[in-house]
Amino acid sequence: MSSASLSSQDAGLVDFPPVADVRAGFWFTGLLAAAAWFGAAMMTGGLPDIDDFERTELLARLAAGLSGLLLLASVGASLFRFTVPAKLRGAGAWLVLLAVALAAWELVTAKFAVLPRPFFASPQALLEVFTDDYPRLGGSVWNSFRLLAGGYLIGAAVGFVLGVAIGWSRAIGYWAHPVLRLIGPLPATAWLPIAFFAFPSSHSASTFLIALATGFPVTVLTWSGVAGVNKAFYDVARTMGANQRFLVLKVAIPAAMPSVFIGLFMGLGASFSVLVVAEMMGVKSGLGWYMQWAQGWAAYANMYAALLVMALMCTGLITLLFRLRDRLLAWQKGLVQW
Amino acid sequence: MVGGNLAEQFVAGADIDVREVSHRFDLDRKTLPVLNRVSLRIKPGELVSLLGPSGCGKSTLLRLVAGLETPTVGSILADGVQITQPDPSRVVMFQDPTLYPWRTVKANVSLGLEARGLLRRQVHRVDEALRLVGLTQFATAYPHQLSGGMAQRVSLARALVNDPRLLLLDEPLGKLDSMTRMTMQQELVSLWRRTGFTSLLVTHDVEEALFMSNRVIVLSDRPASIIADLIIDLPFPRHRGDPRLAELRREILGLLGLDADW
Repeated sequence: MSSASLSSQDAGLVDFPPVADVRAGFWFTGLLAAAAWFGAAMMTGGLPDIDDFERTELLARLAAGLSGLLLLASVGASLFRFTVPAKLRGAGAWLVLLAVALAAWELVTAKFAVLPRPFFASPQALLEVFTDDYPRLGGSVWNSFRLLAGGYLIGAAVGFVLGVAIGWSRAIGYWAHPVLRLIGPLPATAWLPIAFFAFPSSHSASTFLIALATGFPVTVLTWSGVAGVNKAFYDVARTMGANQRFLVLKVAIPAAMPSVFIGLFMGLGASFSVLVVAEMMGVKSGLGWYMQWAQGWAAYANMYAALLVMALMCTGLITLLFRLRDRLLAWQKGLVQW
Repeated sequence: MVGGNLAEQFVAGADIDVREVSHRFDLDRKTLPVLNRVSLRIKPGELVSLLGPSGCGKSTLLRLVAGLETPTVGSILADGVQITQPDPSRVVMFQDPTLYPWRTVKANVSLGLEARGLLRRQVHRVDEALRLVGLTQFATAYPHQLSGGMAQRVSLARALVNDPRLLLLDEPLGKLDSMTRMTMQQELVSLWRRTGFTSLLVTHDVEEALFMSNRVIVLSDRPASIIADLIIDLPFPRHRGDPRLAELRREILGLLGLDADW
C-alpha cells in the first residue's frame, strides 16, 4: 500500500455525529409508575377490606415505599444529577402494569370478593405467608435446592462422562447405545415406585430420580456433540504429535461444549419436574411437599406463595446456567445468535 | 533446536521416497482405486507440486505422506524410515484453515507445542511464528474475527511453529481471493527459500505450481499415476510474466488435455 492511497482513504472518512445518549433526559415512565404505585397504595390502605386481613397495612406501605423510590429515580435523577440504571429504565412499562395488576387483584379479592374466597387468595394473604411462615417456607426452599443440586450435579457429571465415552469409543458405544435407547426415553417419574422401594431413604431415591432425568439428555447431547466434531480438527492435532488424551481433552470436549450445554439446559428443565413430583410423592420436605401440605389444609395462599418461590428458584437456576455458558462459550458469540 | 528465530533458523529438509504406492478406498462393498503405482523421490529442500485434475487422488497421496493414512500397497519413507503414523516433523496445511474456533489465534498457533508438552519452555516460538506471518496484533482474536487470508496465515504459523522438515500444502490457497493468493504464494516461496524445508504442494492451479516449485509432477485422472515430472529450472524470485513459464504452462495444459483454447 502506498502512503498516498492511505491518506486519501483517511480524507474520505465520514465524521459521524455523536450517538444520542438514550439514558439522558427525564424518565417519564418512572413518574407514571410512581403514580400508579401510589394509587395502588392509597386504594389498598383506604378502601375497607371485606374481611379481617392481617397485612393490608403492610401491603399499602410497601406499595407506597416503591412509589417513593420510583419518584426519587425519576424526579430525583434530574434534581441530584445521577443516571437511572438502563435496566430499571427499560422495566418502566412493566412497573406501571404491575401496579395496575396488583390493584385489580386487590379489588376482586380483598375489597369486593368477586372471586370465590378460599381458592383465590388476596395479595395481603400472600404477603402474610412470607411474613409469618417464612421459617417453614425458607426451610422448604433450602431442602428443595439441596435435593435438586445433588441430583443434578451427579446426573450432569455422569451424563457428561458417559456421553464422551460413547462418542469416543466404539466398544463403549456398542454396549451403552441399546441400553440408553431402551431406558432413556422412559420418564424418570416412571421409576418412582421402584426407586422409593429400592433406596434406603426417600432422599436418596429422589436424588437418583433427578440424576436420571438430568443424565439422559446430557448423555445424548454430549455424545452427539463429540460424534459431530469436524474430523479435520483431529487430523490437524494428530499431524502435530497429539496423543489420544490430548484429542479427547483438548479437541473433542471443547468442540462438543455447545451441544453439552443444550443437554444441560434440557436436563435442568427435566430435573425441576422430577423434583416436584418426588417431593409430592415421598419426600417429607421441600417446596413440592409444602404445596401438598398447604393444599391439605386448604391454605391456598401458602400454595401460591410456594409456587411463586418455586418459579423464582427455577428461573434463577436457569439464569445461572446461562451465565456459565456465556462465560465458557464466549468464543461462540460471533458464530451463533443468542 | 530449542531457540532462535524461526525465520532464520535453517532446517534440514526431509528426504521423501514414495515407492510403488497404490491406494484404494473401500466404500460399502465397492473399492475405489485412487493411486496406481506412484513412485516419487523428493530430495531435501525441494518444493514439488502435485498437479492434476480435480478428485484425481493428489490429496490422498499427500495424506499418505503425512502418515494420516497408510497406503494399501507400497511404502513411503522419510529419510529412509518408513512412515507409519503422523509426525510433527511433517506438518500439513489444509485447504480450510481448520482453526479451533474456541481458541484464540495465539492458542491455535500453540497447538503443536502444547500437544508435545513443549509449550512452557518454548512459548516464545509462538510469538515468533505470529510475527513471521504478520499477525502479532491479532494474537488474542478468535478465528471467526479473521478474514480468509488471515485465517490461512494463522494456519501457516501453526504449522511453522513445529519446525517442520516437510511442509505438506494441501491446496492451502485454493479458497482465497486472487490478490491474497498471489501475496501468499510469494510469502511461501520466500519462507521456503530462507528456511530450507522440503515441501509438497497439492494444487490444481498450473500458474501457482509453476510460480512456486522446482518440480511439477503431473498426475493422470483417477486412479492417479504420474504422467510427467518436469524440472522448472528457473531462478527465484520468479516473474509471473516470464515467457518460459508461459511455454511450460502450455506444455502442462497439453498433458492435461486442456490446451484447446491455447
